[in-house]
Amino acid sequence: MENVLSFLTANKDAIFIIVLSVFLGFEVISNVPSVLHTPLMSGANAISGVIIIGGIILVGHATTTLEWVLGSIALFMATLNVAGGFVVTDRMLEMFKKKKK
Amino acid sequence: MNAMILLNTMMPGQVILEYSYLLSAIMFVIGLKLESHPETARKGNFWAASGMILPMITTLVLNKNAAGEGIGLVNIAAILLIIAAGTIVGSIMARKVKMTAMPQMVSFFNATGGAASAAVALIEFNKDPNNAVLVTLLGLMVGSIAFSGSMIAYGKLDGKVGDIFSKVMTYVNLVFMAMIVALILLVIFGGFDVQTRTYLVYGLLVLSLVYGVSFVMPIGGADMPVVISLLNSLTGIAAAMAGFIYQNEAMILGGILVGAAGTILTIQMCKAMNRSLINVIVGAFGGGGASNAEVQGSIKEITLSDAAVLLSYSQKVVIIPGYGLAVAQAQHIAHELDSILGNKGVEVKYAIHPVAGRMPGHMNVLLAEADVPYEQLVEMDDINPDMPNVDVAIVVGANDVVNPAAYDDPGSPIYGMPIIDAHLAKNIIIMKRGMGKGYAGIENFLFFNDKARMLFGDAKSSITKLVTEIKSM
Repeated sequence: MENVLSFLTANKDAIFIIVLSVFLGFEVISNVPSVLHTPLMSGANAISGVIIIGGIILVGHATTTLEWVLGSIALFMATLNVAGGFVVTDRMLEMFKKKKK
Repeated sequence: MNAMILLNTMMPGQVILEYSYLLSAIMFVIGLKLESHPETARKGNFWAASGMILPMITTLVLNKNAAGEGIGLVNIAAILLIIAAGTIVGSIMARKVKMTAMPQMVSFFNATGGAASAAVALIEFNKDPNNAVLVTLLGLMVGSIAFSGSMIAYGKLDGKVGDIFSKVMTYVNLVFMAMIVALILLVIFGGFDVQTRTYLVYGLLVLSLVYGVSFVMPIGGADMPVVISLLNSLTGIAAAMAGFIYQNEAMILGGILVGAAGTILTIQMCKAMNRSLINVIVGAFGGGGASNAEVQGSIKEITLSDAAVLLSYSQKVVIIPGYGLAVAQAQHIAHELDSILGNKGVEVKYAIHPVAGRMPGHMNVLLAEADVPYEQLVEMDDINPDMPNVDVAIVVGANDVVNPAAYDDPGSPIYGMPIIDAHLAKNIIIMKRGMGKGYAGIENFLFFNDKARMLFGDAKSSITKLVTEIKSM
């Protein structure tokens, strides 16, 4: 019980951010025309590559072999997610723009 | 420790770093908001991408560990090298992939994100087995499930992995889930020494990877869009868990945004198919449910010239595209067909089912690629009331989304799913490769309708011949 309390107290800010972000996410995404579902899913997928920051921090302070190996894998994978995700999304959205002319 | 963090946050570099995360989070929100509207969507993607690049730079330059040390030169060089390699490989893959294979690609990139989160969580546990254990373990679990699940979804969409449908899988999955929860509780409350806990954590990693596979395996191919969307939100949650470990606001907010967005999308997709999420996960679809309805009537074929005459003298034609059109790469020639008919004064529209293709909105992307004007694409709910006035409905490579069993046959697995009312049109032409069943693996009563006639063959060559035939008239 004490553990739970100290966890809640120590991480108050993060917990606030998480709870409010859930509402923010629902609000931002609702009422999207179905035309945009695929690109939006792809765009959201690219944003989930934000784990790349974790990868940078890990490799940035890596000392042991395990940290180097796993950190490099994490950073490479995250970069694939970010770069690939944004490029794929842009390719899809490019087409919507073309026909606007 | 706390005093050290306090001291660090007071340094100007740390302040800039922290606020760059806030800025990045704001850019993610603006990006997603803009991506929700067709006109601003592309701009939104740039906002989101910029929101990603900004914290990458500030972290690289300003990040300090608990001891107050910045990132060393060797490490910076390694980071830049890895990012450069990842960017090159990722962009090449993203540039080369065909529009039809887009869902697999998204699933694959989702897998890499999940793997990254799992790896980060694993190292953090090794570094300090006592720091934010619950969050670390959750990150490891969710990231691993997202990784292996997305890889299976990728394999299924790419036709490399088949379905294993069995009611037993539901129970197997429940057992796995219980074991995962038990392992997490053991690590946190078991009071074991570090060595034992490390073994348990590796056990959790393996179990989560296996669970990801067994979770996606029994789910039918037609439900893959829902699954990808669900796994996408899991990856977001995994990233947020890692952000929690680092107390990094950009990661928490970005991850949770994706988690929430993915959940909303998942729910919207389930609604489009009139099914509950539980129903999808248990995998009642795609394995072919038992239907007690007898098929009545017979299959009739139509010749190319008859089809050409029928279309040329129609007033209203509706093309109903499905994944078969995409597979045959027939979207360009379909556009040519609608232009020719348009020149003859025929009004041509495309009726888009919300789940046509392999992902919601996938068909719109494919038709946009072929330069079909936006105004010609009509959504299901808008076209259905007008369907009885339509002279010819051309079904191209679509199957389940026009199956009247959704209305008539309570025993059918798709009963209750909203469909495009092709059966109400005055004439129906169905372009199809053969008499195979649709993705859901069930019989289509539309083919046996008195008004329906089949034009067998590859969609692309059929439409090409049809265009030639109409031109020569």
